[in-house]
Amino acid sequence: MKQHDDGTLKYSSLGIIWLWLIVFALLPFCLVALASFASHDDAHLLSFPLTLANYAELNNSVYLRIFKQSFYIAGTCTMICLLLGYPFAYIIARIRSRYKSFLTLLIVIPFWTSSLIRTYSMITMLKPKGIISSILMWLGIIDKPLPLLFTDTSVMIGLVYNLLPFMVLPLLTNIERLDHRLVDAARDLGANRFTTFRRVILPLTMPGIISGCILVFLPAMTIFYIPDLLGGSKSILLGNLIQNQFLVAQNWPLGSAISVVFTLILAIMILIYWRTMGKKDHREFL
Amino acid sequence: MKQLPSISYLTAIYLFFYIPIIVLIAYSFNQAQYSLVWHGFSTRWYQELFSDADLWTAVWHSLFLGMCAATSAMCIGGLTAICLYRYSFFGRKLLYGLIFILILSPDIVMGISLLILFSLLQVTLGFWSLLLAHITFCIPFVVVTVYSRIISFDEYIFEAAKDLGAKDTVILTRIILPLLWPALLAGWLLSFTLSIDDVIISYFVAGPDFEILPLKIYSMVRLGVKPEINALCAVTFGLTLLLVIISQLSLRKKP
Repeated sequence: MKQHDDGTLKYSSLGIIWLWLIVFALLPFCLVALASFASHDDAHLLSFPLTLANYAELNNSVYLRIFKQSFYIAGTCTMICLLLGYPFAYIIARIRSRYKSFLTLLIVIPFWTSSLIRTYSMITMLKPKGIISSILMWLGIIDKPLPLLFTDTSVMIGLVYNLLPFMVLPLLTNIERLDHRLVDAARDLGANRFTTFRRVILPLTMPGIISGCILVFLPAMTIFYIPDLLGGSKSILLGNLIQNQFLVAQNWPLGSAISVVFTLILAIMILIYWRTMGKKDHREFL
Repeated sequence: MKQLPSISYLTAIYLFFYIPIIVLIAYSFNQAQYSLVWHGFSTRWYQELFSDADLWTAVWHSLFLGMCAATSAMCIGGLTAICLYRYSFFGRKLLYGLIFILILSPDIVMGISLLILFSLLQVTLGFWSLLLAHITFCIPFVVVTVYSRIISFDEYIFEAAKDLGAKDTVILTRIILPLLWPALLAGWLLSFTLSIDDVIISYFVAGPDFEILPLKIYSMVRLGVKPEINALCAVTFGLTLLLVIISQLSLRKKP
């Protein structure tokens, strides 16, 4: 591309970067893969011989149910975020007003606010004598406090509340780039609103939809503190399961095996995404 | 009148975002301990908060950790972005892919993988393990911020400098850094925010000797709702707000 003069700067910076990424990113990931084949005994966290027993243990109705439930909850959460977020992002992207940058800032703020704090604020809203119950009781709609907290519903509300900005921001970037003349052209050529949306707007904003879905779906399965704080004893998701195996049950090999399976499923999903996006767009994603 | 549904929809979503936080901040000033009823304005919970020595230790730990992590991540991430932009080298695409994967890889997997690494290398869990972990998860975000800025540069500036005999180090210190500092600052602030807010990765690599704020908040929240936590969350939210606004302003200003 360009010729370089002496290359000291180039090679020393590349050296630091590669060393860092190999030691703290690649090597640890390989160690998880290796640990998933280790044996479990009480004296050591990881020990030989290598075995497939951890994977065999996963084929158990309890773990399968948690896997299924996590995918179901994360999928539902992603759909809700998409349905709420798409019209929202579309309206903001189409605004031509001097308040637009302010409105955008208002979405960026929750994006960067600690999700732990936002989860905690949801407890205040949902608890039996919290705001929602109190207002509904005051309005006379219900006569005793609503058991909202510590249910699957409260976990879902917490997840959507936490992850909605992650859906809105990629959608917003994508919809802002949409050439609106194409929409006008479709309308001029006689397409009705629905056809225009389905045949023009939707395909053109698909990259934004997919990035948004990935950014919501991935954390939804692993934010262990949301089910922990908002959910009941039965709302255990994949994140809680992994955390539990590592820090409570001290069964690192099993925890690693769960993570490996989980990562593989995600990798396949991301590969599909990569294919649909085409390689030219991944530069823009970065 | 056609805009009315749009405006009400926007308002509804913004209310959904902000009402819980506003309620939280409002209750941090409520005199009452348990009741939701307004018992009058009071800064009592802030006073209790500011006299909690353990909490202050955790705050200082978090701020110190955040600054160290953000500064290191800014240097490494900034260099990575500059290398990706200026040089062609073996494994450039791989580096690209690796950064992409690091952004997408779930926090929990990064947390357990670093926990396994540290326990095999016998690194005591504490400040150093947290610092190494935080730098690692901040780097990709700095790379993204700086890279998206650097591709908007006029390439001929570098060509001209080279023609005039500037060496790589001179180009870096005299041209790239002065042009890039807003993006570097934004990257620093975002890393700092990420580091201060992170729960999942820190949860795995933190040790008992070095308590940090998010984990302290987590353990307090698990024990139940208390007015001090409202105050603590309000303060933390205010800090985040400040950082986000500064970083947005520094990104928006075009040289």
